[in-house]
Amino acid sequence: MRVFYRRLPKFQYIAVRSLDEALAFLAEHRGKAKVLAGGTDLVPQLKKREIELPACVVDLKAIPGLDVISHDRQSGLVLGALATINAVGQNRVVEEKFKALSQAALSMASPQVRNRGTIAGNICNAVPSADSAPALLALNASVKIKGPKGERTVPLDQFFTGPRTTVLGADELLYEILVPNQDRASRGVYLKLSPRHSMDLSVVGVAAVGLLEDGICKAVKIALGAVAPTPVRAPMAEALLTGKVITQGLIDEAARNALTQCSPIDDHRASREYRCDMVYAMTRRALAHIFGR
Amino acid sequence: MKEIRLNVNGTEYDIAVRPHATLLEVLREDLGLIGTKEGCGEGECGACTVIIEGKAANSCIVLALEADGKEVTTIEGLADGGKLHPIQEAFVEIGGLQCGFCTPGMILSTKVLLDANPNPTDEEIKKGLEGNFCRCTGYTKIIESVKVAARKVRG
Repeated sequence: MRVFYRRLPKFQYIAVRSLDEALAFLAEHRGKAKVLAGGTDLVPQLKKREIELPACVVDLKAIPGLDVISHDRQSGLVLGALATINAVGQNRVVEEKFKALSQAALSMASPQVRNRGTIAGNICNAVPSADSAPALLALNASVKIKGPKGERTVPLDQFFTGPRTTVLGADELLYEILVPNQDRASRGVYLKLSPRHSMDLSVVGVAAVGLLEDGICKAVKIALGAVAPTPVRAPMAEALLTGKVITQGLIDEAARNALTQCSPIDDHRASREYRCDMVYAMTRRALAHIFGR
Repeated sequence: MKEIRLNVNGTEYDIAVRPHATLLEVLREDLGLIGTKEGCGEGECGACTVIIEGKAANSCIVLALEADGKEVTTIEGLADGGKLHPIQEAFVEIGGLQCGFCTPGMILSTKVLLDANPNPTDEEIKKGLEGNFCRCTGYTKIIESVKVAARKVRG
């Protein structure tokens, strides 16, 4: 039986005012502190006693400017660690230029959760079904991490290491997500399969972003959620399409190839076989959508 | 214990809270505002919905400390003295509730929806209320109530 307490366990709470203050605190309480942004994952996890109980919770929300959503021609889209799912999903620039990301954001949970939960938190919690992950992978995003040894930038496809695990150290913070500018003519989509339209995790999530010129695929990225221990790209399927004249036959072949990246689990949401079938069907649909077929 | 200041329904409260107390617990147990209900307790059902700085939130997964200095609206803040808010009137008239447990959250989500979109379509209503579960009505009467509420609010 799953344990669920209505009350939270006891912990100390600190609201930090800068990234450096947060990092100093994490270093001091190595492994005993948890970072709080939106709290929509952390608080339920604590109530369920699902994670090791922290002595201290470090709230980032008082750090000025960390909720930034900015866009320019040079750096592309920058999402601060406190940018909420709704703020990103409803942002006009994101909707226009990074469609897959806004679709993924608005497919998640409920207004109540999207108003508080953050995209960075969705990435850091690193569940295989995290909706923002396939979209950000297909958009070639990377994350900026700050720790006691300095800063580093990690491409998102090297960030996840397993279900709920990432390369992020206990004394490090993911403080920014960078999404490079896409070609103006590129199209993107995120398709989510879940039995309910709201408040549900994806059975399969597929993101595709691509550029078609004169019927030829100039570039394409495909990413899949909920079908492997981490969100994954489908590089071989991408290679099949790149540089080729797009036909329905080629889309079918690429969609079948995407299956090679999958090792889905069997659970109450869906069987392994169903997930595999749906990866094929939804990759096909996503590619047909971005290539206008 | 930590001192915080909450503005709930226009009243300022200076109150000492435990770091691990949720906003829901403080509203119900310290301030006695028991209109806000606890359903699932993990941010899934929306029974505990309150409005924080104009945005709907599940108060069962918000720490009271996170609401320090913020403006919070609960269901108690809607009626004007003895006169129900038009959204509340609509739910009563149409019968958009049966057991009533989800109703405070449902009405607050409706308020946020109508503040942003005074004339929502059925689809927009469903999307706006997607984080509020009702196990009695089957939602049909709730959607109707929201439509009637929208007309009343528009006047």
